[in-house]
Amino acid sequence: MSEQYKSAIDADRAPVIEPGYTFGTVTEKISAIVLTRPASNGWFLGFGIAFMLTMMMLYAIGYLFLKGIGIWGTTIPIGWGFPIVNFVWWIGIGHAGTLISAILLLLRQSWRNSINRFAEAMTLFAVAAAGIFPAIHVGRPWLAYWLFPYPSTMGVWPQFRSPLMWDVFAVSTYATISALFWFVGLIPDLATLRDRTDNRALKIVYGMLSLGWRGSARHWHRYETMYLLLAGLATPLVLSVHTVVSFDFAIGIVPGWHTTIFPPYFVAGAIYSGFAMVLMLAIPIRKIYGLEDFITERHLQNSAKVMLATGLIVAYGYGIEAFMGWYSGDRYDAFTLWNRLHGPYSPCYFALLTCNIFVPQVLWIRKLRTSPVALFFISFVILVGMWLERFIIVVVSLSRDFLTSSWGMYYPTRWDWMTYIGTIGMFLAAMFLFLRLLPAISIFEMRTLLPEAEVKE
Amino acid sequence: MKIEEQDGRAKREDVCPSQKGKLDLNSVRARIDQATAHDEAEKTGPEYWRSLEEFARSDDFQEALHREFPKGASEWLDSVSRRGFLKVMGASLGLAGMTGCVKLPLEPIVPYVRQPEEVIPGRPMFYATAMTLGGYANPLLVESHLGRPTKIEGNDQHPASLGGTDIFAQASLLGLYDPDRSQSVISMGDLRSWQGFLTAIRGPLSAQKALQGAGIRILTPTISSPTLADQLRNFLKIYPQGKWHVYEPVNRDNVLEGAKLAFGQPVETRYDFSKADVIVSLDADFLYAGFPGNVKYIRDFAKRRNPDGNMNRLYVIESAPTSTGAKADHRLPVKAAAVDAFGRFLGSGVGVFGQNAQPDMVGESGDFYAHLAKDLMTHQGSSAVIVGDHQPASVHALAHLLNTKLGNVGKTVFYTDPIDANPVNQTESIKDLVADMRGGKVDLLIILGGNPVYDAPSDLNFADAMTSSKVPLRVHYGLYQNETAELCQWHVNATHELESWGDARAYDGTASIIQPLIAPLYNGKSAIEFVALLSGQTEVNGYDIVRAFWQKQHRGADFEQFWRKSLHDGWIEGTTYQPKTVTAKAQGIPIPSAADSNAIELNIRRDPTIYDGQFSNNGWLQELPKPMNKLTWDNAVLMGPKMADRLGVKTIDVVELELYGKKVTGPVWVQVGHPDNSVTVSLGYGRKRAGRVGTGQGFDAYPLRTSANPWIATGVQIRKTGDKYVLASTQGYQWMDTPDGNHRPLAREGTLEEYRKDPNFAKEQGEDPAPGLTLYKPYPYKEEDYAWGMAIDLNSCVGCNNCMLACQSENNIAVVGKEQCAIGRHMHWIRIDTYYHYPDEAARDRDNPKAYFQPVPCQQCENAPCEVVCPVGATVHSSEGLNDMTYNRCVGTRYCSNNCPYKVRRFNFFLFQDWETPQYKMMRNPDVSVRSRGVMEKCTYCVQRINERRIDAEREDRKINDAAHPNELQTACQQSCPAEAIIFGNINDPNSKVSKLKSQARNYSLLGELNTRPRTTYLAEVRNPNPELER
Repeated sequence: MSEQYKSAIDADRAPVIEPGYTFGTVTEKISAIVLTRPASNGWFLGFGIAFMLTMMMLYAIGYLFLKGIGIWGTTIPIGWGFPIVNFVWWIGIGHAGTLISAILLLLRQSWRNSINRFAEAMTLFAVAAAGIFPAIHVGRPWLAYWLFPYPSTMGVWPQFRSPLMWDVFAVSTYATISALFWFVGLIPDLATLRDRTDNRALKIVYGMLSLGWRGSARHWHRYETMYLLLAGLATPLVLSVHTVVSFDFAIGIVPGWHTTIFPPYFVAGAIYSGFAMVLMLAIPIRKIYGLEDFITERHLQNSAKVMLATGLIVAYGYGIEAFMGWYSGDRYDAFTLWNRLHGPYSPCYFALLTCNIFVPQVLWIRKLRTSPVALFFISFVILVGMWLERFIIVVVSLSRDFLTSSWGMYYPTRWDWMTYIGTIGMFLAAMFLFLRLLPAISIFEMRTLLPEAEVKE
Repeated sequence: MKIEEQDGRAKREDVCPSQKGKLDLNSVRARIDQATAHDEAEKTGPEYWRSLEEFARSDDFQEALHREFPKGASEWLDSVSRRGFLKVMGASLGLAGMTGCVKLPLEPIVPYVRQPEEVIPGRPMFYATAMTLGGYANPLLVESHLGRPTKIEGNDQHPASLGGTDIFAQASLLGLYDPDRSQSVISMGDLRSWQGFLTAIRGPLSAQKALQGAGIRILTPTISSPTLADQLRNFLKIYPQGKWHVYEPVNRDNVLEGAKLAFGQPVETRYDFSKADVIVSLDADFLYAGFPGNVKYIRDFAKRRNPDGNMNRLYVIESAPTSTGAKADHRLPVKAAAVDAFGRFLGSGVGVFGQNAQPDMVGESGDFYAHLAKDLMTHQGSSAVIVGDHQPASVHALAHLLNTKLGNVGKTVFYTDPIDANPVNQTESIKDLVADMRGGKVDLLIILGGNPVYDAPSDLNFADAMTSSKVPLRVHYGLYQNETAELCQWHVNATHELESWGDARAYDGTASIIQPLIAPLYNGKSAIEFVALLSGQTEVNGYDIVRAFWQKQHRGADFEQFWRKSLHDGWIEGTTYQPKTVTAKAQGIPIPSAADSNAIELNIRRDPTIYDGQFSNNGWLQELPKPMNKLTWDNAVLMGPKMADRLGVKTIDVVELELYGKKVTGPVWVQVGHPDNSVTVSLGYGRKRAGRVGTGQGFDAYPLRTSANPWIATGVQIRKTGDKYVLASTQGYQWMDTPDGNHRPLAREGTLEEYRKDPNFAKEQGEDPAPGLTLYKPYPYKEEDYAWGMAIDLNSCVGCNNCMLACQSENNIAVVGKEQCAIGRHMHWIRIDTYYHYPDEAARDRDNPKAYFQPVPCQQCENAPCEVVCPVGATVHSSEGLNDMTYNRCVGTRYCSNNCPYKVRRFNFFLFQDWETPQYKMMRNPDVSVRSRGVMEKCTYCVQRINERRIDAEREDRKINDAAHPNELQTACQQSCPAEAIIFGNINDPNSKVSKLKSQARNYSLLGELNTRPRTTYLAEVRNPNPELER
């Protein structure tokens, strides 16, 4: 192995934590964000804007409940518009957290320790944002609970053949496991906060949340077992949730929906967008709170590589979709491909190809992989691209299906935009609160990365 | 002061709960004293007042009078939402009824102690009656639930209907319950009573009596009612110097003048298309509502479209695309002014003008003409030439000559006495009236229906002639307080035809008795009662008048029996006009002056859905897509693609039309198949006082319409304004060819020759998977008693839109408004897809595509894609194969609609149904749920009718069986279809009509390749082109 090559590998293996830290300094640095550092004006500004956007969303939803979903651009034939696009987009974003926490844990990728906590939080908030849409997008939202298999006195059950039904199970399971996983992972750190805070009220709150954690060996043993079990449970969910979401389309007969490639390609796309969102959050956070030592170039690089890999899977998915459109010889599938390329929404399709396939190819360049600014913008482009992907699947496929007489166009209304942007606001508001109230980086897991933690035999 | 009025009101006050405090009796007395002195000084006539509050000019009352709506209603701030506005209007109407208390009936309301004979709650009764359009009666059978008419059907025993209806008949139900109808007598903006009107008119009438009525003018629309005509004549006997003028914008002056030219006398032309092998339409849209006799003509025409029988052939030469043209075997788009020349060439071709006249038409049209003439010559006595009403008299005369020469008279063409009781040239008639008005000869103008201020020829300037103090007393009688009512001192509210007694003649002269289905909703008077009162009769009753008239006509002692039978059947036996023998003369047919062929021609036509404007306020008709372009809620300037290219305009660009100095602006609709260098506009839009629904929709084309050129004008100037206008078309894409150049076999078609060679041609255009290819176990439908199915014969369907309105009425389908239609949220359960397709490049050059109609209701798929995806099981399959919708279970995910390849599901995006307006509550079919916001709905195959018939059959211990009991069970669309194109029934019964149709070779499934196994199937269209013309 040549020296040159070796050094390149070493460069890629930048440390996951910069040297010079001890258990004490790590704990101090992370818990300070919550306990001692005063909230900056910037935080108030950011949170204020996000909060106002959340209020805008609530207003839009209130108006929706008052008037009916006709205030949106959905129509016949495009029965699903922004709400489902946004739902799939948010659910996809939510995938990164579980992937980082569970799968990388099982694969013993210790670099995950610096980013898993806020990736999990992000997952939770993304799933919360996603969960809003299926509930409000139905015509009679006050009856949306009928989708749950509750024991009704009339003995009426949901229709178990419907993919929407499966969605209910998939998403609610995912939300439950994600929340549990996140909370379990927080217990030791909540105890740390409890011990370090001077504020009596916070002490009580953190004390209650930490469930009496004393850090005994037995606690640690049980904790590790449970965490591993939860990771085991969560791992299949990473694959199953978006698979089930993709069934919403793949089970349908609409040209552009009815393809078997959807499950793997949806999962890859979800991880793709999830990592993009992780980077979009990590890059400013590490900068503002001075956490460059904990979230290092190594993390950025690794995330970029995951994006590159999943991005290529997604590109393969597009390729196969286009190929099958031509190869199947089916006039409807062939037209769907033609329509994506030449139809009224063709700018969206070309934008999609640019955002999801062409732009991310720059990640082959190491310099860009390690540049926070470049990664921030590439991640943004990917998030836009993944949103467009769902738009094209949902809206463009529906707009021109079998009978030419029933073709239509979809134009989102201001209420569509207000709801969508509002959920972004809600997501960000939750993230802002999370940063101030809970340790954004797992303290105890970071400590295991220190040389001190290495057990000498 | 009128004391009897006070007595009447006093009674009402007893039941009024909203008395706002007691009036001080002394103050009223003081007011009386003061007012008497004051009024006598100021006013001449008696003054009426409605309550003591009004009389005392109390503040509360003044406010109530001037505010029109109760407090709070006008504080509605949502300026964007038209629907919200309409709702509040509806609500305030209801509130007005509650607070005003004047609507409360005084009759005691008690439940039946003994049930009236024949009335069974929940079982509808059917009554025969008729409605008129342009004077022609449309025989109807009206369904009534406990005294409320809820559905209109054609009278299947009447020779002019045979069960079919047209869209105007279907929609007249909504017209009856229209809350915007005029609800009282009005004078100068104030509510008045009937008695008040009679008192006011008594003076002028007696003054006229001395003058022998020299100052009286009555203006009526076309009247075919024998009773009303008799009354009017009697009226003119009392006032011999008075005049009766007739005017309707969609009149048949040209037909009348054409008959006079050819025969020297006015005759009515009647056709028998069941015997016609070759039909030539010279710009006649005879297969669409509004053409007299269209219901019968459609039936006869459709019967002859059976490719296994003796199929007819239709040639259409037309100046604007119509549904008749879409059904043509050969269609030739020409400018309207060129039709005359065409008729003349045809005339020489068949030897009308002697053998020496040589045709000098060349090119494609010449070819068309030569073969057509040849075809006609070989079908002498079994052909028919029919001319559109808007074509000049000379073309009508030519057609008479052609039909005579071809020996069609007496075989396919018949001449009878005119249906019109007063067959005058209506344009001349209104011209005379205007001249008299301007000359100051008119003292009392009575407008008996109609809206001349809006629709009279624009050069007459009717409104100006009438006002400007030239006519001292103007009375308008009508259903609406329209533009004309606004300019008259008195307006008298009319009854709807479903509320009144009357009679009318159908296109063949058969007289029908119009009998009311409900007592007048707003105390209106029928035209017959109105004229009787004017004639000086005091106690009048429509029933007595009509009955007395027919008693006079009836010879024989058994009048009671005759009368009951006539009422029951809906028509009077022996009143059908017998064919007359008339002789046509070829001389003296004027040749119209050749129009400048480079000038742009303007065609003015009646609107396909709102006619001349009288249906403007009818939401069903406004929202009914026009057959050729699926436009709703608007008219447009139709022009061909080449012309649009030359002008640099596209659909929705606004243009300005200028003709004789009059300017009109309207949006362009690029209409394929429209002849070049010609534009078409339709009448009836741009109303200023139509009502909540119709006011302000579209643009008014009447200003371009003059008495000299009411239908066809040349020299119109078109300028692009640069503005855009949203047009709401329910079908934005109208081609079966997708933009990638592929063809989808949706509406399948072949020629007769192809069909004979290969009867299975339609099936071969698609590939249906073998049955049983599904993951789920197929249900054994064959073992059930019934398996419902439908067959739609595309060959019979003429795209008349009737099924859509029949369905709307039967199934309580909401009207959604233009904004919602424009974004695709119309609610029709059955729609008619209109497709275009260029058979070859030459047709593309000529801009002459073929057009197809395909009615699409829910296909009731056996493997329904909608059912598997519904998460709550709101749409499920019945054992009889119906795809049932459970509205109460639907949460509204819309997944079913996404997964429906036919897109027949309709969603209530808002609360589209009007739940407040009391009138609409009476109108609805009580057997069908009224859907609320947020649920999906769709065609049910009229499951309420199936269940009703099933119960009937079970009571008789038998099965529903349409072989043994014809028409026992019909869906609403099927029942009203004049072409019998829709057949529904039990496909498990091999003898049912539907099974027989489905076993035909032409039967195919729409999108059958998706393995949906639809229960609705289509019979492919077979055209019968002239083999010599078809290259």
